[in-house]
Amino acid sequence: MTTYEPVIGLEVHAQLLTKTKAFCSCSTRFGAEPNSQTCPTCLGLPGALPVLNRHAVELAIRAGLSVDCTVRQTSRFARKNYFYPDLPKGYQISQFDEPICENGKLDLMMGEGDGAYVRHVRIQRMHMEEDAGKNLHDRGSDSIVDLNRSGTPLIETVTEPDLRSAAEAGEYLRSLRDIFVFANVNDGNLEEGSFRCDANVSIRPVGVEKFGTRVELKNINSFRFVEKAIIAEIKRQEECMRTGERIVQETRGWNDATGTTFSLRSKEEAQDYRYFPEPDLPPLVVSPAQIEAVRATLPERPRDKRSRYVTSMGITAYAAGVLTGHPKIAAFFEAAVAAGADAQKASNFIQAEVLRDVTTKGVEAEIPLSAAQLVELLGLVESGAVSGKQAKEIYAALRGTGQSAKAVVAALGLEQMSDEGALEAIVRKTIDGNPKQAEQLRGGKVGLMGFFVGQAMKETGGSANPAMLNGVIKRLLSIT
Amino acid sequence: MTVSESLDSIVRIAESVRSGGCSAEAIARETLSRVEAREPSVRAFLHVDHEGFVAAARAVDAKRARGEELGLLAGVPIAIKDALCMKGVPTTAASRILEGYKPVYDATVVARLRAADATLVGKTNLDEFAMGSSNENSAFAPVHNPWDLSRAPGGSSGGSAAAVSSRMCLGSLGSDTGGSIRQPASFCGIVGVKPTYGRVSRYGLIAFASSLDQVGPFATDVRGAARMLRVLAGHDPHDATSLDAPVDDYEAACDRPVAGLRVGIPREYFGPGLDPEVDMAVRRAISCLEQYGCTVKPVSMPHTKYAVATYYVLATAEASSNLARFDGVRFGLRKEPDHDLRSMYGATRDAGFGPEVKRRILLGTFVLSSGFYDAYYLKAQKVRTLITRDFEAAFQEVDVLCAPTAPTTAFRLGEKTHDPLAMYLSDIDTLPASLAGIPALSVPVGLSANGLPIGLQVMAPHLHEARAFAVAAACERHDALHVGAPAAFP
Repeated sequence: MTTYEPVIGLEVHAQLLTKTKAFCSCSTRFGAEPNSQTCPTCLGLPGALPVLNRHAVELAIRAGLSVDCTVRQTSRFARKNYFYPDLPKGYQISQFDEPICENGKLDLMMGEGDGAYVRHVRIQRMHMEEDAGKNLHDRGSDSIVDLNRSGTPLIETVTEPDLRSAAEAGEYLRSLRDIFVFANVNDGNLEEGSFRCDANVSIRPVGVEKFGTRVELKNINSFRFVEKAIIAEIKRQEECMRTGERIVQETRGWNDATGTTFSLRSKEEAQDYRYFPEPDLPPLVVSPAQIEAVRATLPERPRDKRSRYVTSMGITAYAAGVLTGHPKIAAFFEAAVAAGADAQKASNFIQAEVLRDVTTKGVEAEIPLSAAQLVELLGLVESGAVSGKQAKEIYAALRGTGQSAKAVVAALGLEQMSDEGALEAIVRKTIDGNPKQAEQLRGGKVGLMGFFVGQAMKETGGSANPAMLNGVIKRLLSIT
Repeated sequence: MTVSESLDSIVRIAESVRSGGCSAEAIARETLSRVEAREPSVRAFLHVDHEGFVAAARAVDAKRARGEELGLLAGVPIAIKDALCMKGVPTTAASRILEGYKPVYDATVVARLRAADATLVGKTNLDEFAMGSSNENSAFAPVHNPWDLSRAPGGSSGGSAAAVSSRMCLGSLGSDTGGSIRQPASFCGIVGVKPTYGRVSRYGLIAFASSLDQVGPFATDVRGAARMLRVLAGHDPHDATSLDAPVDDYEAACDRPVAGLRVGIPREYFGPGLDPEVDMAVRRAISCLEQYGCTVKPVSMPHTKYAVATYYVLATAEASSNLARFDGVRFGLRKEPDHDLRSMYGATRDAGFGPEVKRRILLGTFVLSSGFYDAYYLKAQKVRTLITRDFEAAFQEVDVLCAPTAPTTAFRLGEKTHDPLAMYLSDIDTLPASLAGIPALSVPVGLSANGLPIGLQVMAPHLHEARAFAVAAACERHDALHVGAPAAFP
């Protein structure tokens, strides 16, 4: 039986994180009252003209450089012509034969252990374009059009057909999203549609060079669905091959309820977009100096961060993954380490305590304490001023207040007892009151250590410096 | 000086209003009485904004009464081609598809006129979406040439030209894509200026062909047009193609001597098809320039003959896309024979667009279609570059180029409406400058034996409008070239 190999290429539309639209100064904020963020330009009123948002250009360059693209010094906008109610001008301003970025790459680390391999994905191009509006069909018998999104700047990233499985496609999408989010060009928010994906899928018998007929999967709104849809589509195409049914070039959608793809339109119905250079915008020229200036501010990629955390900070790969789950958390962790915190301890504390209080929205995150507060708190534990258990209590009181850890310690009366003389007095009292247990411990029943620690803690209201307490007990009972 | 006497030049009106010699309201009233008397025979306007016009005049007078300095066009009645948006005033581009449409914003040029204290009379007729050369493609009514009411005023800015020619107002705005200011200026015996592409903002001009469209003034005299352009020109942050270059004092340029200026005569403009009377009048004007000390030099611009074909590929391509927004969804006409999107698009555009607009949308759609793009659109872009290079080469040798504005005088209404190609050829002399994006103007230099005006076209290098104004003003000063107002509309 013939074995087939899937061939997959992906197109990702990512919204650039500008405050205003690509060609006018309307806000790009999500969720506003329909058509409240519009002007003659993004409504496509007669006579209105586009003027390019330079910040969008900077973000597009940044996105391109983040996946090793070459940035064109001269690129050009083009009109993509088609009629649809959510497209007010009857054309979309996009880029066609001269996109702003080309020839990038993204390597995917696939599999584990002996099955691990690297998939090189070539990025053919990245081009800037404007988003369309949205047709709403939930308001009675008429459809209404909301043009708030019309003119929002997007960057479309197109790969070569280099992916060979649904898992690779999923990994590519997660990696690209991470890179964009860390580069601060996109908020990675799939629910609000600011990161969207189309997949081109074909299959061919293993060993055959020539590509099979390609099917485009469109409008799939989660990574999980993309993977499921690709798997289902590969299966469908294999079935076609086996039964001799012809695979036609078409656009298909995903029905999650049935777990199958379905035809949206065939190639015969495909539009002729009649691309031509946008006469309302001069060619986009960026100088090498501008490109280098953007390159200089490019942040470390999440993958590089993870490996640096593991190799030079000595934390586990798992912890590194958790800490790089969001750029603001990674930045928080790094700031704490830079300010003198022990990487391992900061990592543990963040994972154990801080993360559950963190809320993220897009590229923004609310972290309930500052790196400086964390460093101070960990320092108190390090010096023995407070116990690890107390640190958690202090953190709970500290979060969201901006107070210094020391102030909270004082307020809670949690200063650790590190007065060796006083501890000695307490331990002696316990030994005197429990001679039997003292004898047993001296005799080697180390399990009783906890009994003496516990008694001292009880006496001190839990404030005894545990390390010092341990030392005192051992010394008084002559345990080595 | 009576109000009526002051109504003979833009500069004179503005200066008398600025100095208090005459109130803007009196001028507005006189203008409206002229419109009432003359408009029924000329039909230049699609909309006269009685209230807004008089209110603007009163505001100018009030401003003066407060002791504030008035702008360069204080109290000057100016008409606006109906392809330009005026906030709250019906703006149709002479198309059924925009009937009843009122823009929510002013075009930049409209705002600049207002800022200069001009008073805006109303909106003038044009060929639908500025597509035409006779104004007969207006969806509403044809305009009549004030020199002979049975003739076309030219187009597409025919209403703006006829309004000025009949002295209903002394200045107006037009738009020129392939000759739509210059050719009607020539037909109507007035001055019309197409500035350098990018010199004047297009924001608020309903686009026909974006890479060619340019707004410019009509006036009864060169100095008036110069003053208007001074107000209109300059960078606009709302138009990415507008040029950020200093604006010259065009009015001062009108007094500049032309002696020593090298005048090029492109031989390709004097070929077959040129009316002998036009030929003679243009040559006479050129010899007058020689009398002023210009040196005259024949030049050749070999790619001129491709201008018509190039233009009709590029302009229609852009138009097919620019007119896509008239889809019945957000504004203007909507026809819904069935409760279905596709039929709504089809029915709306079928009912809303006239035959010439449809012809051009079809042409433009065709030349951009997959499989034809390279042969038509791309090829035309290359030829456009060659035409531009012809001009660059010519301007190495001469300072300005002088040629006829149109091959004939005004033709009769109905004469060419059944022959689109013959109609297209009436723009043959104006298309090259449009394709090259250079400034060009038309100045009246004589009348034909049957009393129809003839225009001289003066073309200058990029951003050298001042030079064209100097040459045009010299022609205007020469007694032998005097044209004046049509007898019926003094």
